[in-house]
Amino acid sequence: MSSRLVEGSEVVADAMVRAGCRFFAGYPMTPFTEVLEHMASALPEVGGVCINAESELEAVGMVWGAAAAGTRAATGSTGQGLSLMQESIAEASLAGIGFVVLNMARGQGDYFQATRGGGHGDYRTPVLAPWGPAEVGDLVADAFDLADEWRNPVVVIGDYYLAHTWVDLDMSSEVATPRPSPAWALDGSSGGTGAAKLVSPLGTTKQRDGVGYDLAAHYAGCAERREQMTAGIAPRAELTHTDDAEVVLVAYGTMARYADAVVTALRAEGERVGLVRPITLWPFPEDIVAGAAEGSNVVAVYENNAGQMIDDVRISVGKSVPIVGLNGFQTDSSAFGIAPDVTVENLTASVRELLAGAKA
Amino acid sequence: MTERRPVGLEVRSEVVLPTNVAPEDANLVADFTPNLIDVGEHHLCPGCGEPIAIRAVMDAIAVLGLADKSMAVFGIGCSTAFSNNLDVEVLQALHGRAPSVATGVIRMRPELAVFTIQGDGDMGNEGLQEVLHAAARGENIVCIMLNNGVFGETGGHLTVTTTIGQRTKNTIEGRDADKHGHPMRIAELIAQIDGVGYVARGAVNDAGNVARTKRMVVEAFASQQAGNGLSFVEILTMCPTGWFIPTEDAPDYLAETIAGTHAVGVLRQEQSEQ
Repeated sequence: MSSRLVEGSEVVADAMVRAGCRFFAGYPMTPFTEVLEHMASALPEVGGVCINAESELEAVGMVWGAAAAGTRAATGSTGQGLSLMQESIAEASLAGIGFVVLNMARGQGDYFQATRGGGHGDYRTPVLAPWGPAEVGDLVADAFDLADEWRNPVVVIGDYYLAHTWVDLDMSSEVATPRPSPAWALDGSSGGTGAAKLVSPLGTTKQRDGVGYDLAAHYAGCAERREQMTAGIAPRAELTHTDDAEVVLVAYGTMARYADAVVTALRAEGERVGLVRPITLWPFPEDIVAGAAEGSNVVAVYENNAGQMIDDVRISVGKSVPIVGLNGFQTDSSAFGIAPDVTVENLTASVRELLAGAKA
Repeated sequence: MTERRPVGLEVRSEVVLPTNVAPEDANLVADFTPNLIDVGEHHLCPGCGEPIAIRAVMDAIAVLGLADKSMAVFGIGCSTAFSNNLDVEVLQALHGRAPSVATGVIRMRPELAVFTIQGDGDMGNEGLQEVLHAAARGENIVCIMLNNGVFGETGGHLTVTTTIGQRTKNTIEGRDADKHGHPMRIAELIAQIDGVGYVARGAVNDAGNVARTKRMVVEAFASQQAGNGLSFVEILTMCPTGWFIPTEDAPDYLAETIAGTHAVGVLRQEQSEQ
């Protein structure tokens, strides 16, 4: 055990390198910038490449190329930068090119962007949401595994707090040897054999086989693969004291840490309050949320936006239990998603009101 | 092997020599089978210059023995018709994005001859900054721009290289600098960037220019193999459909109109340090 004081951004970068990521490209933007800084110093040390791309469009393009060449690769930004990458993220799904996309978001206003995708067409991206640096290592490794398994972009979503909170953490685990290049990936060697490989969002049927690109057939195949991915990824959530809870909080990421503190304190007073923390935002843990809500008097969705995840909670719970949103917090003038009213005290007061209502 | 098929030839006499097989008593003196192109028959418009340009590129790869150590990164446009028709590995990129995609490939596989194929709309309009940045970073790739001065795939629309007076579907009376701005000379733009190994502009409107263009592409790949940084070859290609002229007039139209603004020649050639 050798723990040290470390910033969340370094934990994220370190987790990517440990997971075998050997190519990273990004464009600086708060609160993502420090991840890029750490990758710029960490990757060359293990023989990898980090490029300070001239735009987010080029960053994701570079990752497209590196991933197609068989490398574990990642890019990232905050939600604004990810808006610029959406075309490539959507089409990478159709091309079967998997990589990891970090969103060090400003607050939680990018929930829809992450879970619905801001790009075009029928595609989905798995989304993992660590609630603190200690969970980052496992979830980043999972994200790369999912990107490999499903050959699809995978989003890891954090925020300003995750990126900039310093924690005491064990950073001594082994750096994994990068996995070998997958069989589908390109290395140039099949050229001239009469069966040169093709990786394309338009499909992989070649004219020499008597058919050209058939987009209808390709998109149908992509839809089938997407259904398999949807069914093949187990939704994950963490439950805290939900069995007998009158008030069930639902929160992810940083907001779940505040909620967890409130639940712990109120439980010590004997109040029946619990927490569901979605870890996979897509696929959303609908059954787990519905199960936790069952028997409660009210479900409260605590999120640092104007109310986005509450839609998924409504889909999960239906109308059997009242659902309220604890959201719409004003952010400070930095616009980095820091909401001064997000405090344990304020949430405690809100939950007490809900408990009083539940008892009334 | 390239499959050759007789396509739509009207039979005018009793005796027709088949074009897809050699006569039994023939003595092969030269093989004109295109290198590394799977199916010789293409589905682009009659008179299109792009198949000739693609063939020049594939010939260069064959001549240099790079077939099993090269990778093509295609953009989106008419030439995408060849991205699933080559016997080299192909990575399809989105419109405008080929240079950044090629960057990701070359950084992970620096031993490869990585090259991009884009049209003028793809490289010049949608993603101009990509090739400029790749050039300045000194990415060791070959970038090919097929320049016909129009968005051919959409039916002949204005691009950044459309010449003054050229008719397109959205400059129907001809490009007027006062109304539609001026054409950009992409090769000249790239030639002045430090970190660039080779820059040339060829054309495929006559046999002489086709031969010169093939030499340019060979030079570009040789420069890439020597590690001189980004090589760029712009190839002027005919688009009679998008130029709204008879097919047989297109080569002369290219020489008189397009090449008048985009002059053919070698613009930059760094000497190898080897």
